[in-house]
Amino acid sequence: MNNIWIITQREYFSRVKSKTFLLTTFLTPLGILLFMAAIAFIFSRGSDDMKNISVYDPSNLTEQSLRTRSNLNLTYSEASLESLFDQYEQKEIAGILEISPLDSATVTEYKAIYHSDDQLAIDESLSIESALSRQIRKYKLISLDIDEQKLKTLETDVSISPKTINSDKKITSMTSIVSGALGAAVSYAMFFIILLYGAQVMRSVMEEKINRIVEVLISSVKPFELMFGKVLGVGLVGLTQILIWLVLLFGITMIAAPLLGINAGTMPTPETMGLPPEAMQELPMEKVNAVMAELMSMNWWKILPLIILYFFGGYFTYAALFAAVGSAVGEDINEANSLTFPVMMPLMLAFYVGFAAMRAPDSTMAVWASMLPLFSSIVMPVRLPFDPPMWQIAVSIISMLLFMVFLIWVAAKIYRVGILMYGKKASFRELAKWLIYKT
Amino acid sequence: MSILSLRNVVKRYHNHTAVNDVSFDIPQGSIFGLLGPNGAGKTSLIRIITGITGADSGEIIFNGENINNIRAAQIGYLPEERGLYKKMKVGEQLMYLAQLKGLSRRDAKKSIDFWFEKFGIGDWWNKRVQELSKGMQQKIQFVATVMHDPKLIILDEPFSGLDPINTNLIKSEIDELNNNGASIVFSTHRMEQVEEICEHIVLINQGAKILEGKVSDVKEAFKENKYKIGFKGRMPSGLSSDSFSVLADTEDEFLIQIKPGHNSNELLRELMQKGITIQSYNEILPSLNEIFINKVKGVSNE
Repeated sequence: MNNIWIITQREYFSRVKSKTFLLTTFLTPLGILLFMAAIAFIFSRGSDDMKNISVYDPSNLTEQSLRTRSNLNLTYSEASLESLFDQYEQKEIAGILEISPLDSATVTEYKAIYHSDDQLAIDESLSIESALSRQIRKYKLISLDIDEQKLKTLETDVSISPKTINSDKKITSMTSIVSGALGAAVSYAMFFIILLYGAQVMRSVMEEKINRIVEVLISSVKPFELMFGKVLGVGLVGLTQILIWLVLLFGITMIAAPLLGINAGTMPTPETMGLPPEAMQELPMEKVNAVMAELMSMNWWKILPLIILYFFGGYFTYAALFAAVGSAVGEDINEANSLTFPVMMPLMLAFYVGFAAMRAPDSTMAVWASMLPLFSSIVMPVRLPFDPPMWQIAVSIISMLLFMVFLIWVAAKIYRVGILMYGKKASFRELAKWLIYKT
Repeated sequence: MSILSLRNVVKRYHNHTAVNDVSFDIPQGSIFGLLGPNGAGKTSLIRIITGITGADSGEIIFNGENINNIRAAQIGYLPEERGLYKKMKVGEQLMYLAQLKGLSRRDAKKSIDFWFEKFGIGDWWNKRVQELSKGMQQKIQFVATVMHDPKLIILDEPFSGLDPINTNLIKSEIDELNNNGASIVFSTHRMEQVEEICEHIVLINQGAKILEGKVSDVKEAFKENKYKIGFKGRMPSGLSSDSFSVLADTEDEFLIQIKPGHNSNELLRELMQKGITIQSYNEILPSLNEIFINKVKGVSNE
């Protein structure tokens, strides 16, 4: 026990004091910020070459007021189509938008023609289409004599407001969205942290084996103590890093947000990024407040300790496996790739199941996966904000912990043989034999 | 009194027997040579003694007790393949290894300071291992082996890669540790070093013990009654007789083997009768190297 603690301390402090730790801890958030800024930048640009397009609209359907995205310069021309083609040949314009007359006010389909040898980009095309559609709508309203105001009253904004029957939990229409987003964020973080620190454990085991210091260590401590101390030490490093990031994130939002005028509504999201600017609606302030209120109303005293428990359960399970793989690998790093694959498989699967669980947290698959060891540590945190039944959490935790102990035991068996085995290529059959080796 | 007794130790791997029913005793306070050619099972044996692996059967008794919990604190082990954390500072590294051996932080610091002063390397504390030369790293590794003042020190090829100066330094340290009461197991295939250092040896080959005993006893047992005689004057021809034969001769020396049933007094009498002025008379004992090669060849020929 004492030895494990000494080993844990070394693993922890030798990492936390290293320059690499400082760099990754403080540069990673910066890198992520830059990455997000770059993505926002890329999507905000789209095609940005100025295009001069002549609009040929003999029936004046659009009343000379077609407006599209900023890089398209639309000019109405009185000239004939032929002379416009001449202009195109002289490369004065990039293309001609021919707007044919509308046959009647009741048509539901309409085609305009764009004359050019170069195609319009998708967003340019979308932008012109929606602008045209709006103009035609305006035209139809007038010609069919429909009152715009009356028409608006036809539209009703419908939402389902959930209300519980037995439990006294408050839920609003935002609950499932916020819970889903939170669950996804947690599962995403779990996946990466397990992968990141699991790989660190593996590399550290390999280093000790290649260094040959392992023989000195094993003459003083039991292989299990060495493995467990290492896994624990690296896990604590992970926890430290996460805490620092949380503090940084909190600090940056508190300080930077008011200064830069950033709020959640203007951050690019997958739904808004691909669409033309007119579709980009700012989230009204009240929605942001509703999200905050929703977050505040969650039972953090229950969720947070459980998330930490699942983090350690998942991390220990996978890190032990990574340690076993590291011990089985010799000097050749390429061998590691084929051996890590079976460890990565359930991790990746759990990650995808976790995403599916975000959309349908009570689906049969989500429920079973959240109780299945190897999966539960990633899938259950997704479901936690949705308040799953207590018995499912209990089954999930018990099975996770039992399986964790079992896997640590298996890993320790492989580890104690593997670290002293040189020059032998480790196949899975070989690893299975190591399980029954007496040492 | 033995510090360590092995009784019928067996270790099998799935396709070969690394240690085959080996028993021997390491006398308290001795310098003990564990000899054998490459692949004989020396490292397997050492790993069993140090508790790195377990024996399939057999018994190991350390100081009269079954060897178990006491192991780490009482044994110092220098593996053949040296290894240290390359990026760790020398001082921190030794502190860590000492604590794993059961020393408190204070005792560890005291012991490391003692050894650093002894080796004149006090300013290495904050150096990283990768900044040190190979010989320097060996010194650190040696300190790591002995800093917890173990009763039994196991050195696997301790001089490999050392220059003559450092070899002598380590040799005298081994002697001093031995004089202070530590028993030392010295594993090697370099026989000249064994002859110089060891009092007792065990020779193993292909996992089995082939001989064991005090170096002088072993040599006695394998002597072939050869004598080297230095003389003055002319050497008569046809010297061989019923009691001895001449194996080789030079201008002032010849090598003689006494035939069974005769002794050196008879030889000397005969030589004097022939008018040879004898200047020196030495028994030639076989070197451990010869015994080693003989024995190992014998086994592999069988």
